[in-house]
Amino acid sequence: MCLAIPMQVVEIKGSGDSLLNPIIAVVNADGMKKEIRLDLVDRMPEIGEYLIIHAGFAINCLDTENAEKSLQLLREIANDIEEEPGGKFT
Amino acid sequence: MKYVDEYRSRELVDKLCNTLHRITTDPVRVMEVCGTHTMSIFRHGLRDMLPDKVQLISGPGCPVCVTPSGVIDGFIELASRPEVTVTTFGDMIRVPGARGSLAEARAAGAKVEIVYSPMDALVLAKERPYRLVVFLSVGFETTTPTIAATVLEAERQGIDNFFIFPANKVMPPPLDALMQDPELQVDGLLCPGHVSIISGSDSFQFLVDKYGLACAVAGFEPTDILRAIVSLVRQIQGKRPTIENCYGRVVTRKGNVKARGLVEKIFTPVDCRWRGLGVIEKSGLGLRKAYEHFDATKRLNITPVESAEPKGCRCGEILKGICGPRDCPLFGRRCTPGSPVGPCMVSSEGTCAAWHRYGGLV
Amino acid sequence: MDKYILLDHGSGGLVSQNLIGSLFLKYLKNPVLNQLEDAAVLPPEHGQLAFSTDSYVVDPIFFPGGNIGELAVNGTINDLAMRGARPICLSLGLILEEGFAVEELEEIIKSIANACDYAGVPVVTGDTKVVPKGKADKVFINTSGIGIVEVDINVTARQARSGDIILLSGTLADHGITILTSRASLQVDGNLKSDTRPLHFLVKKIMAEAPGAVHTMRDPTRGGLGTTLSEIAKSTNLCMEIDEQAIPMHGEVRAACELMGLDPLYLANEGKCLVITAPEEAEAILAAMCSVSEGVDSCIIGKVTKKYPGRVVLTTTSGGHRLVEPLSGEPLPRIC
Repeated sequence: MCLAIPMQVVEIKGSGDSLLNPIIAVVNADGMKKEIRLDLVDRMPEIGEYLIIHAGFAINCLDTENAEKSLQLLREIANDIEEEPGGKFT
Repeated sequence: MKYVDEYRSRELVDKLCNTLHRITTDPVRVMEVCGTHTMSIFRHGLRDMLPDKVQLISGPGCPVCVTPSGVIDGFIELASRPEVTVTTFGDMIRVPGARGSLAEARAAGAKVEIVYSPMDALVLAKERPYRLVVFLSVGFETTTPTIAATVLEAERQGIDNFFIFPANKVMPPPLDALMQDPELQVDGLLCPGHVSIISGSDSFQFLVDKYGLACAVAGFEPTDILRAIVSLVRQIQGKRPTIENCYGRVVTRKGNVKARGLVEKIFTPVDCRWRGLGVIEKSGLGLRKAYEHFDATKRLNITPVESAEPKGCRCGEILKGICGPRDCPLFGRRCTPGSPVGPCMVSSEGTCAAWHRYGGLV
Repeated sequence: MDKYILLDHGSGGLVSQNLIGSLFLKYLKNPVLNQLEDAAVLPPEHGQLAFSTDSYVVDPIFFPGGNIGELAVNGTINDLAMRGARPICLSLGLILEEGFAVEELEEIIKSIANACDYAGVPVVTGDTKVVPKGKADKVFINTSGIGIVEVDINVTARQARSGDIILLSGTLADHGITILTSRASLQVDGNLKSDTRPLHFLVKKIMAEAPGAVHTMRDPTRGGLGTTLSEIAKSTNLCMEIDEQAIPMHGEVRAACELMGLDPLYLANEGKCLVITAPEEAEAILAAMCSVSEGVDSCIIGKVTKKYPGRVVLTTTSGGHRLVEPLSGEPLPRIC
């Protein structure tokens, strides 16, 4: 129901000091760039961080550490190593 | 694309499927709640890689599909007013109501513009102060905050020719209603990952507590989905239902509190009709009194009409997972993606459309 | 010259002639067109005649990588080339909206002239009409073309056989995504540009390499690769098996498709050619395709089999399989 993709922050624009100058991030995925709104994220993302983009807004920051861990976990499950439900990376 | 491609790896998918085949001993019935999951499963051809014992049932998580035809008729009535420009996500364009679709209204002269973001609709309103610009506000937890932020921005900037047609919905009430249906036999739920970004994985805990359902919050790449199914099979077979967050790189237990705050600021829960499921208590969102001046239906006097579901259409049962697309007499005959009759054929992520487009091999 | 196109420009009188002289002949001049007769009379040629027509209504008329003018030239040249024809001439029909900027028209005519020069295919006859404001959108173009096919050449969709190899001459979906994202509300940044280009040099190279081995050529324009392959599958009652991983795409095109929920298999290409060939010549043809600039990214994307007669089957990036149906409506961005 909700298409959203991870894109990397390459620039922060606008100062947010006036109502008409909102803070906007320029995000990039493989050379495709888009200006998106940051109204919904609870902190200012850093350059290089990944955001989840839906309908022109960042709806969250991506936790890269967790992503690495979960990829590792995926490999473990793929290699058939038992893991308890509700286990270590929830 | 980073954080996408590695989760589509052929090797990893293959191995995960092997694991799934090895561990699955009992028949399990899993509902994928979210239409984007349905799409992804078909798009990547996952369905025929799963063990026969794992049965996937598509749930009600396609906002386009569950928007009742009376609301679509309201959209069209609005679009047909000469002073109005209607803006919408591309998803809604071909959805038929009783009086045709927005595409047909556009052909008859209505001003209908497709936008990627609700904010683009606001920009349009700003550029065309002499038009009444209405955004057709559909979507679930993921999308509603983007609309809330847009309405708040309209207020900040004092743009008084921008309105929304509120038709947003929330996920827990229909899931609760579905699970009470004795006809529906589901052992586990593939919970919607992007809804969960906003609502938090805890928001599905009640399904574990109340119905003993196994739950796994899943991302949308093939390995994400397979990993979540592995989790569900283990939970179901081990008779230890819980909620496992299999999409930890973006989903937390508590979700996006800020985004929910914006939604609560301008929207309030209302009883709401779902196509195929009927009226479900507090399953929709209406604008709060303080923001009613953004409500196109009130400002432009659109009265929603109750229109009947198309004859012979079994979308209601399909949305509940009681029957499959091929059990419907209209599927592939009177009802095709080019000329959809029922809601499940309308959106490309609808169960029937996905089956029609991708499902012929199964 | 006037700043805007007036109804008078299409009257057939002096104002029309002025436009023809100052714009069309200025850029498109050649001995046949210069005569300004009611019909072009062409010298005799040996071979079969190929004849094709196409109309161009693209919006916006100027887009990254080209404009409606060169698109109209290349499009018809490519339709001829896909039958193994050597294009020899084009007609050019313009329908202009009253009030269209002459400056923009000049730019389009210039680009038509450049495309014709590059391709070596002249415009030999033409026509211009002007319709009242609002009755057309700026400019519509029709081009028709004539080509010569050697007597022993027969390249059609129906020639594809089981066991054949499917080749694609480069990256997918460049034109389609460029046009879609040039609408204000769907804009993205990045190096997206249309792939509009003529393919007859590439075809010449292919035909020289192994004339009898090429069974089918198609340019997957509107409807994209998915629809084109479906048509071939239907007309041969064979199965087109393709591998998603093998299909070349620019990163930014793929990312834009992911962002907007578009399937690149259904987006238009304006400078890509699908070649179906006997397996024993496939490598040689691939090498020939890669040897010209418009085919450097060519690759083998699949094969023709009897597995699912009349259907297209895609092996997905993740190793699953799915059917590829013909496009059922204009591709639209979605959030779901």
